[in-house]
Amino acid sequence: MTAEMEKSDLVSLTIDGVEVSVPAGTLVIRAAEQAGIQIPRFCDHPLLAPVGACRQCLVDVPDAGNGRGFPKPQASCTIPVAEGMVVSTVNETAAKAQTGIMEFLLINHPLDCPVCDKGGECPLQNQAMSNGRGESRFAATGGVKRTFPKPIHLSPNVLLDRERCIVCQRCTRFSDEIAGDPFIALVERGAQQQIGIAENAPFLSYFSGNTIQICPVGALTSEEYRFRARPFDLVSTPGVTEHDASGAAIRVDHRRGKVVRRLAGDDPEVNEEWITDKDRFGFAYLYADDRITYPRIREDGELRPASWLEAFEVAARGLARCSGGAGGVGVLPGGRLTLEDARAYAAFARESLGTEDVDFRSRPLSAEEAAFLERHVKGTGPGDQGAVTYADLETAPVVVLAGLEPEDEAGTVFLRLRKSVRAGGTRVIALSPFTTRGLAKLSATVVPTAPGDEADALSSLLGHADHGIDHRAVILVGERLATAPGAYAAAADLAAKSGARLAWVPRRAGDRGAVEAGLLPAAGGRDADAIVGAVLSGELAGLVVGGVDPDDTSDPAAFHAALEAAEFVVSLELRETDVTRVADVVLPVAPITDRAGTFVNWEGRERPFPQTFRNPASFTDARILAGIGEELERIVAEPASAAHEEDVAAARLRRMVLAAQRHGTAAGFVTGAGAPSSTSEGAHVAGGVHAATTDTDSDGRGASTSERIETTATFKLATWKLLLDNGVMQQGDKALAATARPPVAILSPASFARLGAMVTVTGDRGSVTVPAGSAVDLPDDVVWLPANSTGRGLLADVASPGSRVEVTNA
Amino acid sequence: MTDTLTPVLTANWADDRSWTLPSYAARGGYAALDKALGMAPDEVITAVKDAGLRGRGGAGFPTGMKWSFIPQDNPNPKYLVVNADESEPGTCKDIPLMMASPHTLVEGVIISSYAIRAKVAFIYVRGEVLHVIRRLQAAVAEAYAAGHLGQNIHGSGYDLDLVVHAGAGAYICGEETALLDSLEGRRGQPRLRPPFPAVEGLYASPTVINNAESIASVPSIIANGPGWFAGMGTEKSNGFGIFSLSGHVTRPGQYEAPLGITLRQLLDLAGGVREAPNGQARELKFWTPGGSSTPLFTAEHLDVPLDFESVGAAGSMLGTRALQIFDETVCVVRAVLRWTEFYKHESCGKCTPCREGTWWLVQVLARLEAGQGSAEDLDLLLDQCDNILGRSFCALGDGATSPITSSIKYFRDEYLAHLEQGGCPFDPAKSTLFEEVPA
Repeated sequence: MTAEMEKSDLVSLTIDGVEVSVPAGTLVIRAAEQAGIQIPRFCDHPLLAPVGACRQCLVDVPDAGNGRGFPKPQASCTIPVAEGMVVSTVNETAAKAQTGIMEFLLINHPLDCPVCDKGGECPLQNQAMSNGRGESRFAATGGVKRTFPKPIHLSPNVLLDRERCIVCQRCTRFSDEIAGDPFIALVERGAQQQIGIAENAPFLSYFSGNTIQICPVGALTSEEYRFRARPFDLVSTPGVTEHDASGAAIRVDHRRGKVVRRLAGDDPEVNEEWITDKDRFGFAYLYADDRITYPRIREDGELRPASWLEAFEVAARGLARCSGGAGGVGVLPGGRLTLEDARAYAAFARESLGTEDVDFRSRPLSAEEAAFLERHVKGTGPGDQGAVTYADLETAPVVVLAGLEPEDEAGTVFLRLRKSVRAGGTRVIALSPFTTRGLAKLSATVVPTAPGDEADALSSLLGHADHGIDHRAVILVGERLATAPGAYAAAADLAAKSGARLAWVPRRAGDRGAVEAGLLPAAGGRDADAIVGAVLSGELAGLVVGGVDPDDTSDPAAFHAALEAAEFVVSLELRETDVTRVADVVLPVAPITDRAGTFVNWEGRERPFPQTFRNPASFTDARILAGIGEELERIVAEPASAAHEEDVAAARLRRMVLAAQRHGTAAGFVTGAGAPSSTSEGAHVAGGVHAATTDTDSDGRGASTSERIETTATFKLATWKLLLDNGVMQQGDKALAATARPPVAILSPASFARLGAMVTVTGDRGSVTVPAGSAVDLPDDVVWLPANSTGRGLLADVASPGSRVEVTNA
Repeated sequence: MTDTLTPVLTANWADDRSWTLPSYAARGGYAALDKALGMAPDEVITAVKDAGLRGRGGAGFPTGMKWSFIPQDNPNPKYLVVNADESEPGTCKDIPLMMASPHTLVEGVIISSYAIRAKVAFIYVRGEVLHVIRRLQAAVAEAYAAGHLGQNIHGSGYDLDLVVHAGAGAYICGEETALLDSLEGRRGQPRLRPPFPAVEGLYASPTVINNAESIASVPSIIANGPGWFAGMGTEKSNGFGIFSLSGHVTRPGQYEAPLGITLRQLLDLAGGVREAPNGQARELKFWTPGGSSTPLFTAEHLDVPLDFESVGAAGSMLGTRALQIFDETVCVVRAVLRWTEFYKHESCGKCTPCREGTWWLVQVLARLEAGQGSAEDLDLLLDQCDNILGRSFCALGDGATSPITSSIKYFRDEYLAHLEQGGCPFDPAKSTLFEEVPA
């Protein structure tokens, strides 16, 4: 019966003698694809609305399904199928039409294929071979091409060669329809028609690189890839983005062992054909000067090169010393691991080190979050596990966003939401301090929410019948909810009461895999903040640190102090960081290109990717941890030396005292009166958002600090990281960095009027001075700042998110 | 078949201050509006259908039928948009009409809007004709003041606002969907159809777009009845129209006559082809029946009845009845090149064949005019035209090929003469209207 119904919805037509049955409304060009017939085309793109501009896809329709044919060739990209329709894509009429259009396209197109970046992978070049004339009648009759100065910058990283442009409008349509950043548009007319930008309005979009990829000629090029390689010299390897939790498919193009560009992969279930500019251009960090390429060990206070075997042994001996009776080892693997590496870390921590002090979260966190992840996130995935998927975002009538700014924190999710909103299928309700540009592009209903108020705001949603949150709705929560007490619970409660489905969208590519691998402390274990506190209090002696930037953590000063205080630090890193600079053993891990692996994206979908380069000198985290683990097993078997243990204990005490002194004086607290008098107390105060797993969340939120500041500070600090900011994995591409949004403090209009265009925001850790802006719906007592666009970032320089800060005229 | 002039739209043009409301009212202006408001809207549509009024903008689509396509159950507002973006080379009927008697159009707009149940109407006027825009604006202001526009028109309970909108200087905005985009404040380029404007036009709402002359003809149909209108013209081309004679004619101007009149009759009325300065008679060489986008005619077509069917059967289009008369002094290659340059300049750039094709056509024609190239270039020209005609997005590209293909058809030898002589065999000064002035 179902088959019958489906059949009745299908339309049968004949294309080049092949009978095809396709759903009603399908365009002829799509129907032809299903029959394996390729009609030449330029402006047509399956993910963009039809426009019929280039006319290359003209076909002959001798029978439109009603017994009569069209007298003229028809554009197959704009004409829907009809029952009984007969189409020829190759008969004399169609062939002449296609050849004629191709000839026109080429008259003003420069013959510079040999120096054009697109040459070799160019739809125009290819289709000129298949559907063009061998000789140019235009040149033969002395034709004069239209010329333009070239190239011009549409943005710092997108360049336009107007001579090559065939004005198919793919780029302008993408920007308008998909990204919602219509900063480029057609200007002038006739043969002078060109893609243009408004004066002083560069093409600033997080998704601008997609226009380069869908350009069917070499008109759009990136600053980064221009003239770097020939397509036919490149080797392509599929990949998955390492920049966010989207799991977006990418294609890595490389030459002579070096990545020269990255493109969006085509995965309809995940990223369709789009990626963010960070996914596309953010790979220069792989070739940074400070990449660590060989193991190092600390000897007489200095790091020196070492062999892998030596490094493994030194690391193992140091960790063995620390995990004995003299304390323990905390493991902070970070959120950028593949699933395989995350599992290796979990096994290493629990089996080799015998500790539960392991936590992947290198950002403000809460115990409540860990419980939420265990209960609502871990073990879910697409398919029969019933997790929310990208496709669900398109079918859900309502999507609630809490603690998540999709355009900045999950660009691929943003694009899918926007697609659904534009199609009229989805309404977005966002709990946000103000209507951001991204939320405006989603036509979101914004529930203005001051930081910390998310729990109340979530709880109040059900009281609004007009929001229409029911079992078909989807709730997307971001990792920032960890800083809002009760918010995760409120989200789970909302889901339970309404029947809505719930998904957690973290920021980092390895976050979700880490949850699956168990990189959270089990009962009796310490979370990341508690591990830092325990090192400072002397309860833990050693640290194994993966890809963690101390300035990303809840309390950067405390983290730095803990690194100093720890007796023994093993760092698994890609590049030199504040961790490697103080570590006792530095072990270089394989970059994303040198390893195969699996990321688990926010959906819980496993995204395996192959190795791009085979590099025998590159060791994955898992391989390194296995090496240390083997050494540890060997050492445990050795007889213990009592005298040695005493030495260790004495050394540790000495280091603790030194560290405490440094911590108190050099960490630079603004609230001098509150400077910690002892290491343990200092750790607690500086813990800010959250101090220890044993505390309940609301009680543990650095209460003493907040109360002290409250008398003068009137603003709550709202913040998140912009898509493009000072993150270490975006370093090295100046053009990309130039497209980042400049840091601006957002105030309510009243505060903005009072405080002026330049403000200083001062928190308990320091202050930052930035230009101010205003948003109409931002609550009066909230200031929003980008989390990592100034200095060392807000956590290190200003205050913890959600805490009270002072804003003054600068 | 009548052979006399039938001044209806042009009847009051010679009146004193014909563009003012008192002058228009003195001839019974706005009486048709009262009559229409006393009818049901659908009756007005039926009357226009019965009259057989066909679009005067060139395509000749039945106006009443277009109105009946408006889905009245669509909850969106309905709009009437008057296309007064008259920009076709040779076409000059709407602009004189709006200049001399803007109230004829305004009354037509009100009746037509009432018929399709529009509450807002727009007149999109070519932006270059500032004097006409001012007259229209003044007429609309007068009509508001007199209660012909605004709330509760003539006490009928019907409300209508009329906006005069000036274009920004693009020929393409005479194409109805490009006009809508322009009216919405966007870049004027033709839209993909479907959806058709009747369903999703201005602001994605049901919209009727009619030529100014079509709308201006409505009051007379209502006043005198559909039978009166259908009694004029030919069997399938009812009524009257303004025939604009220009170029090498003794008395150029607007001649309002029933459809089906011939150029021979019109030339007689206009004093024939202009004479040479020495008084010698000159011969008609070629002419356009409906503007430069319609294939050329020659003296052999003098007796073709100027209605939609007969002109079509003779290989051209009635178009906008812009009869440009060219006498024997004119080089057809030169004339065609000038027109082609116009199309190149006005191509909006959206589609490949029109954008690139017109760019190339100009180059080939310019070489031919200079006596360069070869006879094969004529075949190249025809092949280029074949690759544009029916392949472009809208009719602009098709129109660009008409003068070329038709001129090669009738004057191939003249093209070849350019090649044989290595240049143009004509004296361009002789074809001007100031030919007696010494250089």
